[in-house]
Amino acid sequence: MWRSACLALGLLVVMMPRSEALTVGDKAVDFSSPELGTDTPITLTDFRGQVVYLDFWASWCGPCRVSLPAMDVMYRELKDQGFTVLAVNLDADVADAQKFLLSRPVSYPLIYDAEQSLPKLYAVKGMPTAYILDRTGVVRDVHEGFRLGDESRIKHIIEALLAEEES
Amino acid sequence: MKLLLIVTALALLSACAVEPLQAWERGHLARPEMAWEPDSLRASQRDHVYFSKEASSGGASVGGGGCGCN
Repeated sequence: MWRSACLALGLLVVMMPRSEALTVGDKAVDFSSPELGTDTPITLTDFRGQVVYLDFWASWCGPCRVSLPAMDVMYRELKDQGFTVLAVNLDADVADAQKFLLSRPVSYPLIYDAEQSLPKLYAVKGMPTAYILDRTGVVRDVHEGFRLGDESRIKHIIEALLAEEES
Repeated sequence: MKLLLIVTALALLSACAVEPLQAWERGHLARPEMAWEPDSLRASQRDHVYFSKEASSGGASVGGGGCGCN
């Protein structure tokens, strides 16, 4: 009885759909997606050697109204030290994103993922989710959600990563 | 036989036709017209009238201990 129950449970575990979320220590999955508003492809590997804040956002996501302007301030401050923000927009309609950006313009690169394939690739659990990658492209922190004040924690991590030497 | 029964029961339990909505697919749900109460101010005012008349503070997910002071 126990054996069959264990076997059945084992089967269930195998059958269960699994999405492996990217966690700290994993190598970031490479991608190439068009820039928002243009067709110019943006490739993640082009940013190797920089500390990357890979952010998944949408115009309808409440906390993104706080995170985008906050990250723009950080980007302007730290970009000369080798820091960049890559913000992947996941709106179904690109016009919604463009309308959002009219009132909250940002200066960092924006990606539009029309097929919404990148969040599947990264197994994003909530909106917004950001992956902080070090200079070698390894995920060093995952930041889910965003509240006013979170930027100080993020800045602390980014500054520590910027201080690391590329190996 | 028992194993077959268990496997069938578990397989049936996991046979859900509706895929859960992913975090990035909630754009339509986030629209203001999709809210349960589109006008939160009016809803809270209506709630206040309701629980005052019914003496049922808390019945409509409103906090308070029924002291009539909220």
